[in-house]
Amino acid sequence: MRILIPGPLRSYTAGASVVTAQGATLAALMHDLDQRYPGLRFRIIDEQGAIRRHIKCFVNAESVPDLEPALAATDEVMIVCALSGG
Amino acid sequence: MAQAKSAGERRVTLLVATRKGLWQLSTDAARRSWRLTGPQFLGHIVHHCVADPRDGRTMLAAARTGHLGPTIFRSSDRGRTWHEAQQPPAFREGSSRIVDHTFWLTPGHASQPGEWYAGSSPQGLFRSEDGGAIWRGVDGFNEHPQRQAWCGGDKDGTPDGPKLHSILIDPRNPDHMYIAMSSGGVFESNDRGADWRPLNRGIRADFLPDPNAEYGHDPHCMRMHPALPDRLYQQNHTGIYRLDRPADRWQDLGATMPKSVGAIGFPVVLHPRDPETLWVFPMDGGSVWPRVSPGGKPAVYRSVNGGKSWQRQATGLPKTQAWFTVKRQAMTVDARTPTGVYFATTSGEVWGSRDEGRTWKCLAAHLPHIYAVEAM
Repeated sequence: MRILIPGPLRSYTAGASVVTAQGATLAALMHDLDQRYPGLRFRIIDEQGAIRRHIKCFVNAESVPDLEPALAATDEVMIVCALSGG
Repeated sequence: MAQAKSAGERRVTLLVATRKGLWQLSTDAARRSWRLTGPQFLGHIVHHCVADPRDGRTMLAAARTGHLGPTIFRSSDRGRTWHEAQQPPAFREGSSRIVDHTFWLTPGHASQPGEWYAGSSPQGLFRSEDGGAIWRGVDGFNEHPQRQAWCGGDKDGTPDGPKLHSILIDPRNPDHMYIAMSSGGVFESNDRGADWRPLNRGIRADFLPDPNAEYGHDPHCMRMHPALPDRLYQQNHTGIYRLDRPADRWQDLGATMPKSVGAIGFPVVLHPRDPETLWVFPMDGGSVWPRVSPGGKPAVYRSVNGGKSWQRQATGLPKTQAWFTVKRQAMTVDARTPTGVYFATTSGEVWGSRDEGRTWKCLAAHLPHIYAVEAM
């Protein structure tokens, strides 16, 4: 499925703003993304498996609170970084 | 045949870690002119960048941004190229704790090349055995049954979060270590971090219900003298202290500072060869703790007799209306003779002295908020 990568994470994807990865859930998708782009997952998911405070994930333009949602191959996932602070 | 340069001849590079990236400040052999290069990691919050004295080329930088999780970058060519850690410091899954940022980096013992330690916010201790690529928690501390009591909660730390810092490895014995926590206090391990015990006797904790508590103190910075590892100095929330092991009661050195200046500050640095000589940078710890140079008149204070007396060193520093804040990692010394002393401010200035603090010169300005400066 298509994953939209925000600017601050594109150092992991060689500059690509859209990549593809697979997973039956958002959690599985994040692990697959990390296999393809090592280090990316820990910048957005903490060691307890939660989406970090200033990161949001959207599945088909709908915000999701955690990594549990099931995904289909035709879904589109968007990762958004808040630009917090000065 | 080329010969290794002695400490007296070696050029100095300062690693300047800031809230917006990393800079290097390099000098000529005479330490008269300085050249600023960078930034690297522009936009990253770099809390600490440290060079490995064991090989002279490895560097580690602890970084995060406001919106991405914390990580560590490694260089094996003196900072020309960097690679991210494969497994940055992280607490054990299921522990309910998350690393907000890595705050402190310490190269391991000389006999254990590739070994590094990291201290985090909130308080956690981590070790790498491969030059900083893979980090694992030191369970003897992170999972210690007393950890919660020692560390407290979110309210028991600095405004930027509670921190584990001042990781000191005994050069005579890699199993013997000290750590300090803001807050929590000083702790010692004799078994490479498998177990820990508090080491805070003699430190006033007048902000706690029990001023003689066993732990819960607020050491700001602790140093071990490289030539006399039994000598520890500490700049604490309640003053300046010294400990000569095997004694376990710290001596309060604060009373020897001028009353108008006080004994509050964040960094303390030691002369690389003389255990009796140290420098502190006093800041205003009165009323609501402004944490700036007292009266807007910045000065370094040096003792050459182990803290029995102090000399004000302000020649070259602004005489008035200069409200410097110097964080605990933002002061360092080089290995040259005479020793160079350096400090950096949250207002983005780096100051240096090539004559052991007698005269000062501004080496760089207009940088972002500086967290740390280390000499290599």
